[in-house]
Amino acid sequence: MKKIINDPSKVVDEALAGMAAAHADLIRVSYDPHYIVRAEPPRSGKVGILSGGGSGHEPMHGGFVGFGMLDAACPGAVFTSPTPDQVIDATKAIDGGAGVLHIVKNYTGDVLNFETAAELALAEGISVEAVVIDDDVAVKDSLFTAGRRGVGGTVLAEKIVGAAAEAGADLAAVKALCERVNASVRSMGMALTSCTVPHAGKPTFSLGESEMEIGIGIHGEPGRERMPLEPANAIVERLLGPIVEDLPFASGDQVLLFVNGMGGTPLIELYLAYGHAEHVLAERGITVQRRLVGNYITSLEMQGMSITLLKLDDELVSLWDAPVQTAALRWGR
Amino acid sequence: MRVNGAGLVQLINRYAEVVAENRTYLIELDSAIGDADHGENLDRGLKAAVAKLEEVAPTAPSDVLKTVATTLISKVGGAAGPLYGTAFLRASAAVQGKPELEASDIVAALRAAQDGLVARGKAEPGDKTMVDAWGPALTAAEGALLAGSDAVGVLAAAADAAEAGMRATVPLVARKGRASYLGPRSAGHQDPGATSTALLFRTMADLAATCP
Repeated sequence: MKKIINDPSKVVDEALAGMAAAHADLIRVSYDPHYIVRAEPPRSGKVGILSGGGSGHEPMHGGFVGFGMLDAACPGAVFTSPTPDQVIDATKAIDGGAGVLHIVKNYTGDVLNFETAAELALAEGISVEAVVIDDDVAVKDSLFTAGRRGVGGTVLAEKIVGAAAEAGADLAAVKALCERVNASVRSMGMALTSCTVPHAGKPTFSLGESEMEIGIGIHGEPGRERMPLEPANAIVERLLGPIVEDLPFASGDQVLLFVNGMGGTPLIELYLAYGHAEHVLAERGITVQRRLVGNYITSLEMQGMSITLLKLDDELVSLWDAPVQTAALRWGR
Repeated sequence: MRVNGAGLVQLINRYAEVVAENRTYLIELDSAIGDADHGENLDRGLKAAVAKLEEVAPTAPSDVLKTVATTLISKVGGAAGPLYGTAFLRASAAVQGKPELEASDIVAALRAAQDGLVARGKAEPGDKTMVDAWGPALTAAEGALLAGSDAVGVLAAAADAAEAGMRATVPLVARKGRASYLGPRSAGHQDPGATSTALLFRTMADLAATCP
């Protein structure tokens, strides 16, 4: 294992310390328990937006804390969901009296820990609602699995719901909006390499020089299928096909196209893939109205990418365009 | 044999050692079908539980179990934290007010623990989870108790059954947890949660066998 670390057990603490120093204008970090909140105190009457999950997906979620997006992020250990006490303390820290929305990705551990935290927060008199994001079309049949995973769609949901909360929407409205985004978004990912979890010290799985994994999640877990490596255009089509067919996205739709890197793939390859994805969508009569390209929900140093499509309407476009000022996403302000 | 709070503290200390010894093994099992964190998370949580028990120094069995439960819930995260935490919390409630546990109390605690586990994780037998070790262990423990075994016999039967259940997870296709995303590719691998459960039962049986 070659990593710029000191001690595998201190990676999260030391990374949080660096993040706090680098973005002192935007965020504050609590270390016991771990959570990240906006530098400014909660605004009275504004719904708090909180998300969290394992570390190793940077910049998610800490990089999305700030104006127009999240009020708090709870980072767990690497690839491990946060604990309920992290979520409760962060929930209390951001409650401005209007309640808090938890945006949870659909993984067994995340769901269990957020559920426990929400019960305890409710018992303390804080209104909490939760939406579970499950946009991964690689997971087919929810009757035989833990359900679809939450992946790239989470980033888009956090931006859009964060904008609505900033504009003064109440808890019921932001929850309904988050559910609507989740119902309108689909993703799928692939990997060229595994990643190495610091505490494990070696790659989670091994892939041959000429192989790729299709249908991966964001935890270095193997995907649904292993197959021979293909050229970029074929990979893009392999991911886009199931996404478009699933919702389904149809001719005449306006969409947001999000090409996300898993951490180890350079932007030159992501832009190359983006170009072909937009071309494929155009051939199907689907118009890309907004776009996002880069590493936003990663899997440590894994090489690979995911593609996410969100069906847009005027409200979603204006919320996407609304100002945002976070470490990882910043425009309009 | 009866088990008091000190005996349960000894159990947690020993289980923490066993998990530390098997940390890499559990990480490797989890790497094959999950996200490679099970050994690390349990090791971290149990080390915290050992420290917490030393700090709080509970004496009643229910207080020992509750201290372990709350520490696991607040230190582990993932699925293992809430699942093992809930199991210990329900076991604690089942033995509330008892200064010492006899065989029937132990079985009642194991039953409560499994009910909690199933309620929290919603896994059924055959889903390739902890439940596949826990279920057979409980059935064997209840059978041994009915047959008149003492605590040593009950726990020995439970440990054997937990290990058989653990081995029986190998051919299963996972339907819960992160392994379920692999579909048919999850078959051929032993479930890490069932493995840590079998280790827990074996630790209990071994300790009971050496008790005076």
